[in-house]
Amino acid sequence: MDRDALEMRPDAAADWPDRIYAVLKAQNITQVALVPDAGHSRLIKRCLADNAITVVTLTTEEEGIALLSGAWMGGVKGVLLMQSSGVGNCINMLSLPILHRTPMPMIVTMRGDYGEFNPAQIPMGNATQTVLEAMGTLVRRADVPEDVEACVDATIRMAFNTYRPTATLLGQRLIGAKTFGKD
Amino acid sequence: MLAASGKLDRRAVVNALLADRGDLLVIAGLGAPAWDITAAGDCPTNLPLWGGMGGAAVMGLGLALAQPTRRVLVITGDGEALMGLGALATIATKQPPNLSIVVLDNEHYGETGGQETATKHGVDLAAIARGAGIADARTITTPDGIAPLREAIHTAAGPTLAVIKIDAANLPLKLPPREGAYLAARFREAILGPQAHHQL
Repeated sequence: MDRDALEMRPDAAADWPDRIYAVLKAQNITQVALVPDAGHSRLIKRCLADNAITVVTLTTEEEGIALLSGAWMGGVKGVLLMQSSGVGNCINMLSLPILHRTPMPMIVTMRGDYGEFNPAQIPMGNATQTVLEAMGTLVRRADVPEDVEACVDATIRMAFNTYRPTATLLGQRLIGAKTFGKD
Repeated sequence: MLAASGKLDRRAVVNALLADRGDLLVIAGLGAPAWDITAAGDCPTNLPLWGGMGGAAVMGLGLALAQPTRRVLVITGDGEALMGLGALATIATKQPPNLSIVVLDNEHYGETGGQETATKHGVDLAAIARGAGIADARTITTPDGIAPLREAIHTAAGPTLAVIKIDAANLPLKLPPREGAYLAARFREAILGPQAHHQL
Protein backbone atom coordinates (compact mmCIF):
# COMPACT_ATOMS: atom_id res chain seq x y z
CA MET A 1 0.00 0.00 0.00
CA ASP A 2 0.98 3.63 -0.37
CA ARG A 3 0.94 5.19 3.09
CA ASP A 4 0.77 8.67 1.60
CA ALA A 5 -2.32 7.98 -0.46
CA LEU A 6 -5.24 10.32 0.20
CA GLU A 7 -7.59 7.34 0.28
CA MET A 8 -6.66 3.84 1.28
CA ARG A 9 -8.34 0.76 -0.06
CA PRO A 10 -7.69 -2.94 0.38
CA ASP A 11 -5.28 -4.59 -2.01
CA ALA A 12 -7.03 -6.35 -4.86
CA ALA A 13 -6.03 -9.72 -3.44
CA ALA A 14 -7.62 -9.08 -0.03
CA ASP A 15 -10.79 -11.11 0.21
CA TRP A 16 -12.21 -9.85 3.51
CA PRO A 17 -14.69 -7.52 1.76
CA ASP A 18 -16.11 -10.60 0.03
CA ARG A 19 -16.34 -12.37 3.37
CA ILE A 20 -18.27 -9.41 4.82
CA TYR A 21 -20.65 -9.70 1.87
CA ALA A 22 -21.08 -13.40 2.61
CA VAL A 23 -21.95 -12.58 6.24
CA LEU A 24 -24.55 -10.03 5.10
CA LYS A 25 -26.13 -12.69 2.89
CA ALA A 26 -26.04 -15.35 5.60
CA GLN A 27 -27.68 -12.92 8.06
CA ASN A 28 -30.43 -12.03 5.58
CA ILE A 29 -29.43 -8.37 5.34
CA THR A 30 -31.48 -6.84 2.53
CA GLN A 31 -31.11 -3.09 3.06
CA VAL A 32 -27.65 -1.50 2.97
CA ALA A 33 -27.32 2.19 3.78
CA LEU A 34 -24.04 3.91 3.06
CA VAL A 35 -21.93 6.93 2.47
CA PRO A 36 -19.12 5.59 0.29
CA ASP A 37 -15.61 5.00 1.58
CA ALA A 38 -12.69 3.69 -0.41
CA GLY A 39 -12.23 0.94 2.16
CA HIS A 40 -15.78 -0.26 1.51
CA SER A 41 -15.69 0.09 -2.29
CA ARG A 42 -15.45 -3.61 -3.08
CA LEU A 43 -18.22 -4.51 -0.64
CA ILE A 44 -20.39 -1.72 -2.05
CA LYS A 45 -19.90 -3.13 -5.57
CA ARG A 46 -20.99 -6.56 -4.39
CA CYS A 47 -24.11 -5.10 -2.76
CA LEU A 48 -25.00 -3.01 -5.81
CA ALA A 49 -24.73 -6.09 -8.03
CA ASP A 50 -27.16 -8.02 -5.79
CA ASN A 51 -30.82 -7.61 -6.76
CA ALA A 52 -31.90 -8.91 -3.36
CA ILE A 53 -30.19 -6.00 -1.60
CA THR A 54 -31.62 -2.48 -1.63
CA VAL A 55 -28.70 -0.05 -1.49
CA VAL A 56 -29.47 3.47 -0.30
CA THR A 57 -26.75 6.06 -0.79
CA LEU A 58 -27.16 8.74 1.87
CA THR A 59 -26.26 12.43 1.86
CA THR A 60 -25.08 12.12 5.47
CA GLU A 61 -24.57 9.10 7.69
CA GLU A 62 -27.19 10.07 10.27
CA GLU A 63 -29.82 9.45 7.61
CA GLY A 64 -28.74 5.81 7.73
CA ILE A 65 -29.66 5.49 11.39
CA ALA A 66 -33.15 6.83 10.69
CA LEU A 67 -33.50 4.85 7.44
CA LEU A 68 -32.61 1.52 9.03
CA SER A 69 -34.91 2.31 11.97
CA GLY A 70 -37.73 2.56 9.45
CA ALA A 71 -36.63 -0.63 7.71
CA TRP A 72 -36.68 -2.50 11.01
CA MET A 73 -40.19 -1.23 11.72
CA GLY A 74 -41.13 -2.83 8.41
CA GLY A 75 -39.43 -6.14 9.18
CA VAL A 76 -36.29 -5.68 7.10
CA LYS A 77 -32.74 -6.14 8.39
CA GLY A 78 -30.13 -3.61 7.31
CA VAL A 79 -26.58 -2.47 7.98
CA LEU A 80 -24.93 0.94 7.77
CA LEU A 81 -21.56 1.20 6.00
CA MET A 82 -19.48 4.30 6.60
CA GLN A 83 -16.07 5.76 7.30
CA SER A 84 -15.09 6.75 10.84
CA SER A 85 -15.65 10.44 10.04
CA GLY A 86 -19.30 9.62 9.43
CA VAL A 87 -19.72 8.23 12.92
CA GLY A 88 -19.59 11.80 14.21
CA ASN A 89 -22.59 12.65 12.07
CA CYS A 90 -24.66 9.87 13.65
CA ILE A 91 -24.40 10.65 17.33
CA ASN A 92 -27.72 12.33 18.17
CA MET A 93 -29.63 10.15 15.69
CA LEU A 94 -28.50 7.10 17.68
CA SER A 95 -31.09 8.28 20.22
CA LEU A 96 -33.74 6.69 18.01
CA PRO A 97 -32.52 3.06 18.07
CA ILE A 98 -31.79 3.36 21.79
CA LEU A 99 -35.27 4.75 22.45
CA HIS A 100 -37.00 2.20 20.23
CA ARG A 101 -34.75 -0.79 21.05
CA THR A 102 -33.93 -1.09 17.35
CA PRO A 103 -31.08 -3.29 16.08
CA MET A 104 -28.54 -1.01 14.40
CA PRO A 105 -25.38 -2.72 13.11
CA MET A 106 -22.68 -0.47 11.66
CA ILE A 107 -19.53 -1.45 9.76
CA VAL A 108 -17.01 1.36 9.98
CA THR A 109 -13.79 1.72 8.00
CA MET A 110 -11.26 3.60 10.09
CA ARG A 111 -9.27 6.67 9.14
CA GLY A 112 -7.12 8.69 11.50
CA ASP A 113 -6.24 5.42 13.14
CA TYR A 114 -2.95 3.91 11.98
CA GLY A 115 -0.38 5.59 9.77
CA GLU A 116 -2.76 8.36 8.74
CA PHE A 117 -1.57 10.91 6.18
CA ASN A 118 -4.36 13.50 6.46
CA PRO A 119 -4.34 15.56 9.68
CA ALA A 120 -8.06 16.33 9.37
CA GLN A 121 -8.85 12.64 9.82
CA ILE A 122 -7.16 12.37 13.22
CA PRO A 123 -9.69 14.07 15.53
CA MET A 124 -12.71 11.99 14.53
CA GLY A 125 -10.72 8.82 13.96
CA ASN A 126 -9.24 9.06 17.42
CA ALA A 127 -12.68 9.64 18.96
CA THR A 128 -14.72 7.13 16.97
CA GLN A 129 -14.85 4.28 19.46
CA THR A 130 -15.27 6.60 22.45
CA VAL A 131 -18.25 8.46 21.04
CA LEU A 132 -19.95 5.30 19.80
CA GLU A 133 -19.61 3.75 23.24
CA ALA A 134 -20.83 6.97 24.84
CA MET A 135 -24.02 6.43 22.83
CA GLY A 136 -24.53 2.90 24.04
CA THR A 137 -23.02 1.09 21.07
CA LEU A 138 -21.25 -2.26 21.46
CA VAL A 139 -17.96 -1.83 19.60
CA ARG A 140 -15.59 -4.53 18.35
CA ARG A 141 -12.44 -4.05 16.26
CA ALA A 142 -10.86 -6.03 13.47
CA ASP A 143 -7.26 -5.11 12.73
CA VAL A 144 -6.20 -8.25 10.86
CA PRO A 145 -8.00 -10.04 8.00
CA GLU A 146 -8.55 -13.16 10.06
CA ASP A 147 -10.79 -11.23 12.50
CA VAL A 148 -13.07 -9.51 10.00
CA GLU A 149 -15.64 -12.20 9.32
CA ALA A 150 -16.11 -13.16 12.98
CA CYS A 151 -16.29 -9.52 14.10
CA VAL A 152 -18.88 -8.52 11.52
CA ASP A 153 -20.91 -11.65 12.19
CA ALA A 154 -20.85 -10.92 15.94
CA THR A 155 -21.77 -7.27 15.38
CA ILE A 156 -24.82 -8.17 13.32
CA ARG A 157 -25.89 -10.97 15.66
CA MET A 158 -25.57 -8.80 18.78
CA ALA A 159 -27.61 -6.05 17.15
CA PHE A 160 -30.50 -8.29 16.11
CA ASN A 161 -30.41 -10.60 19.11
CA THR A 162 -30.17 -7.87 21.75
CA TYR A 163 -31.87 -4.86 20.08
CA ARG A 164 -29.24 -2.12 20.18
CA PRO A 165 -26.61 -0.29 18.14
CA THR A 166 -23.45 -2.29 17.49
CA ALA A 167 -20.36 -1.58 15.40
CA THR A 168 -17.35 -3.27 13.90
CA LEU A 169 -14.42 -0.93 13.37
CA LEU A 170 -12.22 -2.09 10.49
CA GLY A 171 -8.78 -0.77 11.46
CA GLN A 172 -6.72 1.29 9.08
CA ARG A 173 -3.95 -1.26 9.45
CA LEU A 174 -6.29 -3.84 7.97
CA ILE A 175 -7.52 -1.64 5.17
CA GLY A 176 -4.03 -0.79 4.09
CA ALA A 177 -2.51 -4.15 4.88
CA LYS A 178 -1.46 -6.64 2.27
CA THR A 179 -2.79 -10.15 2.35
CA PHE A 180 0.54 -11.97 2.46
CA GLY A 181 0.84 -14.98 0.25
CA LYS A 182 -1.80 -13.77 -2.18
CA ASP A 183 0.20 -11.17 -4.09
CA MET B 1 -60.38 24.25 8.92
CA LEU B 2 -59.15 27.85 9.37
CA ALA B 3 -57.74 29.42 12.53
CA ALA B 4 -58.67 32.97 13.55
CA SER B 5 -55.62 34.20 11.65
CA GLY B 6 -57.17 32.94 8.41
CA LYS B 7 -54.47 30.30 8.08
CA LEU B 8 -55.11 26.58 8.19
CA ASP B 9 -55.49 25.01 11.63
CA ARG B 10 -52.96 22.21 12.04
CA ARG B 11 -55.18 19.85 14.01
CA ALA B 12 -58.09 20.24 11.60
CA VAL B 13 -55.71 19.57 8.68
CA VAL B 14 -54.26 16.44 10.29
CA ASN B 15 -57.73 15.19 11.23
CA ALA B 16 -58.82 15.57 7.61
CA LEU B 17 -55.70 13.91 6.22
CA LEU B 18 -56.08 10.93 8.58
CA ALA B 19 -59.84 10.48 8.08
CA ASP B 20 -60.74 6.93 7.00
CA ARG B 21 -57.04 6.14 6.92
CA GLY B 22 -57.41 2.38 6.63
CA ASP B 23 -54.04 0.70 7.18
CA LEU B 24 -52.02 3.85 6.42
CA LEU B 25 -48.76 3.88 8.40
CA VAL B 26 -47.98 7.27 9.95
CA ILE B 27 -44.66 8.51 11.33
CA ALA B 28 -44.72 11.94 12.97
CA GLY B 29 -41.71 14.16 13.56
CA LEU B 30 -40.93 15.27 17.09
CA GLY B 31 -42.91 18.03 18.75
CA ALA B 32 -46.23 19.38 17.54
CA PRO B 33 -46.71 16.94 14.62
CA ALA B 34 -46.47 14.07 17.13
CA TRP B 35 -49.09 15.79 19.30
CA ASP B 36 -51.26 16.40 16.21
CA ILE B 37 -51.45 12.75 15.13
CA THR B 38 -52.13 11.80 18.74
CA ALA B 39 -54.97 14.32 18.93
CA ALA B 40 -56.40 12.71 15.78
CA GLY B 41 -56.44 9.37 17.60
CA ASP B 42 -53.53 7.39 19.01
CA CYS B 43 -53.30 3.90 17.50
CA PRO B 44 -50.71 1.17 16.75
CA THR B 45 -50.21 2.36 13.15
CA ASN B 46 -48.95 5.70 14.52
CA LEU B 47 -45.27 6.12 15.31
CA PRO B 48 -44.86 9.51 16.99
CA LEU B 49 -41.18 10.39 17.40
CA TRP B 50 -39.78 11.91 20.57
CA GLY B 51 -36.34 12.68 19.11
CA GLY B 52 -34.05 12.12 16.15
CA MET B 53 -34.67 15.59 14.73
CA GLY B 54 -34.11 15.57 10.99
CA GLY B 55 -34.74 11.85 10.60
CA ALA B 56 -38.51 11.49 10.18
CA ALA B 57 -38.70 11.60 6.37
CA VAL B 58 -35.85 9.19 5.76
CA MET B 59 -37.23 6.87 8.43
CA GLY B 60 -40.36 6.85 6.30
CA LEU B 61 -38.20 5.93 3.31
CA GLY B 62 -36.73 2.93 5.11
CA LEU B 63 -40.22 1.76 6.03
CA ALA B 64 -41.64 2.41 2.55
CA LEU B 65 -38.84 0.38 0.94
CA ALA B 66 -39.34 -2.43 3.45
CA GLN B 67 -43.12 -2.51 2.98
CA PRO B 68 -43.73 -1.65 -0.69
CA THR B 69 -47.39 -2.72 -0.56
CA ARG B 70 -48.26 -0.39 2.33
CA ARG B 71 -48.82 3.36 2.16
CA VAL B 72 -46.51 5.39 4.39
CA LEU B 73 -47.13 8.97 5.51
CA VAL B 74 -44.59 11.14 7.33
CA ILE B 75 -46.01 14.24 9.00
CA THR B 76 -43.45 16.68 10.25
CA GLY B 77 -42.71 20.36 10.77
CA ASP B 78 -40.66 22.94 8.91
CA GLY B 79 -37.89 22.97 11.52
CA GLU B 80 -37.48 19.20 11.40
CA ALA B 81 -37.63 19.14 7.60
CA LEU B 82 -34.99 21.88 7.34
CA MET B 83 -32.63 19.89 9.56
CA GLY B 84 -32.90 16.91 7.22
CA LEU B 85 -32.91 18.58 3.80
CA GLY B 86 -30.49 16.01 2.42
CA ALA B 87 -33.17 13.38 2.94
CA LEU B 88 -35.12 14.90 0.05
CA ALA B 89 -32.26 13.96 -2.29
CA THR B 90 -32.01 10.49 -0.77
CA ILE B 91 -35.77 9.93 -1.13
CA ALA B 92 -35.91 11.33 -4.66
CA THR B 93 -33.11 9.01 -5.74
CA LYS B 94 -35.13 5.97 -4.64
CA GLN B 95 -38.54 7.28 -5.90
CA PRO B 96 -40.63 5.21 -3.46
CA PRO B 97 -44.18 5.14 -4.92
CA ASN B 98 -45.78 4.58 -1.50
CA LEU B 99 -44.23 7.43 0.52
CA SER B 100 -45.81 10.80 1.21
CA ILE B 101 -44.34 13.60 3.28
CA VAL B 102 -46.43 16.39 4.75
CA VAL B 103 -44.64 19.39 6.22
CA LEU B 104 -46.83 21.40 8.58
CA ASP B 105 -45.14 24.75 8.00
CA ASN B 106 -45.82 27.40 10.63
CA GLU B 107 -42.53 29.17 9.83
CA HIS B 108 -41.48 28.94 13.47
CA TYR B 109 -39.78 26.65 15.96
CA GLY B 110 -42.94 26.20 17.99
CA GLU B 111 -41.59 24.09 20.84
CA THR B 112 -38.72 26.39 21.76
CA GLY B 113 -40.28 29.81 22.00
CA GLY B 114 -41.51 30.58 18.51
CA GLN B 115 -38.24 31.57 16.87
CA GLU B 116 -38.49 32.07 13.11
CA THR B 117 -37.38 29.29 10.77
CA ALA B 118 -35.86 29.74 7.32
CA THR B 119 -39.26 29.23 5.68
CA LYS B 120 -40.33 32.51 7.30
CA HIS B 121 -37.62 34.12 5.20
CA GLY B 122 -38.63 32.63 1.90
CA VAL B 123 -37.02 29.20 1.83
CA ASP B 124 -39.40 27.13 -0.29
CA LEU B 125 -39.38 23.48 0.79
CA ALA B 126 -41.62 22.37 -2.08
CA ALA B 127 -39.26 23.94 -4.61
CA ILE B 128 -36.31 22.24 -2.92
CA ALA B 129 -38.16 18.91 -3.10
CA ARG B 130 -38.91 19.43 -6.80
CA GLY B 131 -35.31 20.35 -7.40
CA ALA B 132 -34.27 17.13 -5.70
CA GLY B 133 -36.54 15.15 -8.01
CA ILE B 134 -39.80 14.73 -6.12
CA ALA B 135 -42.06 15.77 -8.99
CA ASP B 136 -45.29 15.95 -6.96
CA ALA B 137 -44.31 18.64 -4.47
CA ARG B 138 -47.03 21.13 -3.68
CA THR B 139 -47.70 24.00 -1.31
CA ILE B 140 -51.16 24.23 0.22
CA THR B 141 -52.54 27.38 1.84
CA THR B 142 -56.31 26.86 1.65
CA PRO B 143 -58.77 24.13 2.73
CA ASP B 144 -59.52 23.08 -0.85
CA GLY B 145 -56.05 21.56 -1.17
CA ILE B 146 -56.52 19.08 1.65
CA ALA B 147 -58.92 16.53 0.12
CA PRO B 148 -56.83 16.09 -3.06
CA LEU B 149 -53.74 15.65 -0.89
CA ARG B 150 -55.49 13.00 1.20
CA GLU B 151 -56.32 11.20 -2.04
CA ALA B 152 -52.70 11.42 -3.21
CA ILE B 153 -51.46 9.99 0.10
CA HIS B 154 -53.49 6.85 -0.59
CA THR B 155 -53.08 6.53 -4.36
CA ALA B 156 -50.12 8.52 -5.77
CA ALA B 157 -47.77 6.62 -8.07
CA GLY B 158 -44.63 8.35 -6.85
CA PRO B 159 -43.30 10.05 -3.74
CA THR B 160 -45.16 13.20 -2.80
CA LEU B 161 -44.30 16.13 -0.60
CA ALA B 162 -46.78 18.75 0.53
CA VAL B 163 -45.95 21.91 2.42
CA ILE B 164 -49.05 23.07 4.26
CA LYS B 165 -48.88 26.62 5.52
CA ILE B 166 -50.53 26.59 8.95
CA ASP B 167 -51.36 28.93 11.80
CA ALA B 168 -48.44 29.28 14.23
CA ALA B 169 -50.39 28.99 17.48
CA ASN B 170 -49.24 26.38 19.98
CA LEU B 171 -52.24 24.17 20.73
CA PRO B 172 -52.89 22.23 23.97
CA LEU B 173 -50.47 19.34 24.39
CA LYS B 174 -51.83 15.93 23.42
CA LEU B 175 -48.99 13.60 24.32
CA PRO B 176 -48.57 10.06 22.98
CA PRO B 177 -47.04 7.30 25.11
CA ARG B 178 -43.40 8.15 25.92
CA GLU B 179 -41.96 4.65 26.07
CA GLY B 180 -40.19 4.18 22.74
CA ALA B 181 -39.90 0.41 23.06
CA TYR B 182 -43.69 0.22 23.40
CA LEU B 183 -44.31 2.56 20.47
CA ALA B 184 -41.95 0.59 18.25
CA ALA B 185 -43.22 -2.84 19.30
CA ARG B 186 -46.87 -2.00 18.74
CA PHE B 187 -46.05 -0.38 15.38
CA ARG B 188 -44.09 -3.43 14.24
CA GLU B 189 -46.80 -5.80 15.42
CA ALA B 190 -49.41 -3.78 13.54
CA ILE B 191 -47.35 -4.23 10.37
CA LEU B 192 -45.90 -7.71 10.81
CA GLY B 193 -48.26 -9.46 13.19
CA PRO B 194 -47.07 -11.46 16.22
CA GLN B 195 -44.08 -12.62 14.16
CA ALA B 196 -42.69 -9.11 14.71
CA HIS B 197 -41.30 -10.21 18.06
CA HIS B 198 -39.46 -13.28 16.79
CA GLN B 199 -36.30 -13.70 14.75
CA LEU B 200 -36.31 -12.41 11.21
